[in-house]
Amino acid sequence: MSRPEISAPPEVFYSDIESKKYTSSSRIQHIQASMTLRALDVLALPPHQHILDIGCGSGLSGEILSQEGGHVWVGMDISPSMLAVALDRDVEGDLFLADMGNGVPFRAGTFDAVISISAIQWLCNADSSNADPRKRLARFFDSLYAALKRGGKVACQFYPRDESQTESILNAAKSAGFSGGLVIDDEESKKNKKYYLILTAGNVNSNDI
Amino acid sequence: MKILTANFVQCTVKACGSSPDCFPLHFDQQTPDLPLELAHEDVDFSPEFICNVLPRIEWPALLTTARELGNTQLPPAKPEIENPSAPENEQLLRDLHTLLLETQIIQGSMRCANCGHIYFIRDSIPNFLLPGHLVQ
Ligand SMILES: [Zn+2]
Repeated sequence: MSRPEISAPPEVFYSDIESKKYTSSSRIQHIQASMTLRALDVLALPPHQHILDIGCGSGLSGEILSQEGGHVWVGMDISPSMLAVALDRDVEGDLFLADMGNGVPFRAGTFDAVISISAIQWLCNADSSNADPRKRLARFFDSLYAALKRGGKVACQFYPRDESQTESILNAAKSAGFSGGLVIDDEESKKNKKYYLILTAGNVNSNDI
Repeated sequence: MKILTANFVQCTVKACGSSPDCFPLHFDQQTPDLPLELAHEDVDFSPEFICNVLPRIEWPALLTTARELGNTQLPPAKPEIENPSAPENEQLLRDLHTLLLETQIIQGSMRCANCGHIYFIRDSIPNFLLPGHLVQ
């Protein structure tokens, strides 16, 4: 399979057909669920939190947020077709049609935590409509930092294309004020290796980036 | 979109920056081709969540939103709830739950008081995609 973010921007790639395919593939559902559970595991949240899901797609992760711990969540996605599938599936979270590269549209201290599965690598894309990945990364992390309560946590599973993408993402997060770093699962396995960006808003005494 | 979320969402247009007027977004001007529509949708009652989120609610903004949506019954000051499981708090918590989590804005428009940008809500989904020249 070619990497989707190289062939087209997400709102084009996740057309109606792709969205339905993505959501109905049990293999993808399984991987998505296990990555969401892993992210929740790292976040170690108390129950009843207010959570933002970046790139919520059809709400596969959101359903887990509702079930595990009674969280209330808001999901953002740039693909109307993905959100339409989420509506059909009657998910409990609020859905926003929005581009994370333009910043998250929430006031200071809105969320207890942020989760994102397989989405933030899209920020590094430079396609015609949204030219500057550096600006997009900065807007995203700066606005995310503001929208979290102090001490709020972030877990983003992502697929970096190469080391320089990982670097740019880490740098943008650090410039925004986050502390934290990468957790890499199955580091030895080419196929199953998974990257998680784990951040805390504010200087809680965790390992520096 | 839940009323809860309306109490957190703000304008992201470039010109608004950190203007205090970019929050809350206003429901006072609606267009005839997208009439305001509200609906009640059941959500499991969680007094713990209400107590978690209540300190973060901007009460004056909530009063504004509720009034623009046709509800003038809210107390003028934010209620204080120390013990979510005390029986005397249950009705209040249920009322807040109904307002914040079960009242859905199905469609309509939200207006930024600073830059005038209109955000449309269709099928309960607000559209925050911005044309390039409005992006920060
Ligand atoms: Zn504005």
